[in-house]
Amino acid sequence: MAGLHKSDVKNPVLNWIDTRLPIITMMNKEYAVFPTPKNFNYFWNFGALATVALMLMIVTGVFLAMNYTPDGGMAFDSVERIMRDVNYGWLLRYAHANGASMFFMVVYIHIFRGLYYGSYKTPRELLWMLGVVILLLMMATAFMGYVLPWGQMSFWGATVITNLFSAFPIVGGPIVTWLWGGFAVGDPTLHRFFSLHYLLPFVILAVVFLHVAALHITGSNNPLGIDVKSPQDTLPFHPYYTVKDSVGLCVFLMVWAGFVFFAPNFFGDPDNYIQANPLQTPSEIVPEWYLLPFYAILRSVPNKLGGVCMMFGAILVLFVLPWLDTSPVRSAKFRPLYRIFFWVLAVACVALAAVGAHRPEGLWVVLGRVATTYYFLHFLVILPLLGKIERPLPLPESISQPVVPRGGGPLPTAATAKPMEKP
Amino acid sequence: MRAALLAAALLLGSIAVAPAYAADDEAEMPHETWSFSGPFGTFDRAAAQRGFQVYKEVCSNCHSMKEAYYRNLDGIGLSEEQVKAIAASVSVPTINDDGEPAERPALPSDHFRSPYPNEKAARAALNGALPPDLSVIVKARQGGPDYVYGILTGYADAPATMKMGSGMYYNKMYPGHQIGMPQPLQADQVEYSDGTKATVEQEAHDVVTFLTYIANPEMEQRKRAGVKIILFLAMLTGVTYAVKRRVWSDVH
Ligand code: HEC
Ligand code: HEM
Repeated sequence: MAGLHKSDVKNPVLNWIDTRLPIITMMNKEYAVFPTPKNFNYFWNFGALATVALMLMIVTGVFLAMNYTPDGGMAFDSVERIMRDVNYGWLLRYAHANGASMFFMVVYIHIFRGLYYGSYKTPRELLWMLGVVILLLMMATAFMGYVLPWGQMSFWGATVITNLFSAFPIVGGPIVTWLWGGFAVGDPTLHRFFSLHYLLPFVILAVVFLHVAALHITGSNNPLGIDVKSPQDTLPFHPYYTVKDSVGLCVFLMVWAGFVFFAPNFFGDPDNYIQANPLQTPSEIVPEWYLLPFYAILRSVPNKLGGVCMMFGAILVLFVLPWLDTSPVRSAKFRPLYRIFFWVLAVACVALAAVGAHRPEGLWVVLGRVATTYYFLHFLVILPLLGKIERPLPLPESISQPVVPRGGGPLPTAATAKPMEKP
Repeated sequence: MRAALLAAALLLGSIAVAPAYAADDEAEMPHETWSFSGPFGTFDRAAAQRGFQVYKEVCSNCHSMKEAYYRNLDGIGLSEEQVKAIAASVSVPTINDDGEPAERPALPSDHFRSPYPNEKAARAALNGALPPDLSVIVKARQGGPDYVYGILTGYADAPATMKMGSGMYYNKMYPGHQIGMPQPLQADQVEYSDGTKATVEQEAHDVVTFLTYIANPEMEQRKRAGVKIILFLAMLTGVTYAVKRRVWSDVH
């Protein structure tokens, strides 16, 4: 329906704008007065932290790109030039390189938060799936970014990962050649990776926008996993959560700064300070830590095509998670059995990261296979069954009345009593 | 409680991931005391200057250091005049006004001169081995300064059971123990003007201090800024937390 927006904004200039393009009204609605469950714990900081990390990655990245040269013969030297000649270039580069690790750390905690509190369940399925899309895009972006400094690990990591596509029958070979822009990783590969590395973060930004838009339709989940029932259960986002997120942000920036200023190469591989050399394979080709669990799954399958499928499957399974988990109860707080399996999954993921970092020999192979098997069992078998056999603990009446009613727990939809009516 | 569990899991995870990057070789990494380690570490100027002498008189005969500039020497405490004089004592390739290749004295803004014009020339002169560029060598090896120190002090007679390749030298630190670099440092290889006794260990310690500076010329500035920023953020965290407590005090 066409028509001017009736704006409440007092300032005449802002009112003039808001009447025609109601962004001020929108921001006020979505970020200031937006009703938010009042019982968030600090794990609800991590979405905001991830957004800030993305912004900082884009800002440092744009400035790096002003001084970086995506050419096989010059890329390595241009990164050193950034480190030595560009004013505060070392800060830009170390903030960006460590920022990738910080971004993944925050996003992984954000994801496990969602797993623990059942944030993927109805009505938030689409919100969750958009999150998985963001994770996939982040992996692609970080992988291509890691190629840009054109060190040994850049080159050989790119070679190993792109070669995975050759596992597909018939189309595999041509796909790899097409990805490389030639018959080996080389100059054309570096140029296109740079172009895509610049592009994808903005695609991520767009998906983040959709992710938040979907969130503002369904509203946030909360540590109890029960629905908001009355305005008493909520607080306006500002100032309550703006200030709480600020506390987390300060701590997050402190951790990030700790790495940038005091251990800038902690997450890096020394081999990446050796210029790429197609004639010399490093003794060990290891991806960045945030890709290790997937790398471990890849190598745990004896068949190459099988490994590639399992690796992608590990992420695809997250897309259908909302339908695999059959329990109507969201929060693990009220799911005594799920809680145990959740922690087993967490341990399996850490174990997979460790496996990915070691040569596939001896016990590491066994551990890799056990953890991979558990990963898929967890999602494909345990979660569907658990919803049927687990007896959840009684759920509280409401967020503002976190008292368990007598006589056992109603399922979330059954709790209808108004908190106001309680003594 | 849950946060503690999570932190424990993360810690365990990082420990589990760490050994992968440790050298799987038997040689034990030396543990030298470096002036530049720790959050307040700085470069020992005298050691770095002695190290530059070792680099200039020994290493630079074979190794390039092409990412660094002569002007970087101001960071180890040399004056502008000294840096100019050091640069001017080296001649670097150029093209003269007639378009012919020629040489000219270097300027502080020039990169350190490489001993060989290209990789092939270096290999031809060194038995087929290629001396790596030293600009970021301490960042390019697991163990960093300790490892490079270990290489320089790791020469010994090869065990009788080991068959050495021709032009290879036994080194305890080097993976596989056969390195193409002849032992570069001997006692009294250089003569220090400050009277420091030039043992192999002393020379190695000095040149590694210098090379660590060359790989991280921003380090002192970085750590100084880091201390201020961490303190600032710690204060900001405190203030923000206090404000948060105030704002939330009416929520029950
Ligand atoms: C006679 C020429 C020569 C001199 C002088 C020399 N090097 Fe080397 N260096 C080499 C060669 C050749 C290699 C490559 C060895 C190989 O690949 O087996 C090498 C390798 C190295 C390495 C790398 C070892 C590794 O882990 O790959 C370091 C570090 C090193 N040199 C440091 C120094 C330092 C510091 C000095 C000065 C004190 C020095 N070199 C003097 C020829 C030399
Ligand atoms: C999702 C956000 C991003 C992630 C996760 C990411 C990740 C990375 C990683 C892991 C590296 C390698 C760092 C190193 O080891 O040196 C890198 C390098 C680089 N990135 Fe990004 N990046 C992001 C956004 C951007 C953006 C938006 C730009 C440009 C506009 C950019 C430009 C660059 C450049 C020029 C380099 C090469 C310089 C260097 O290696 O330090 N990045 N990125």
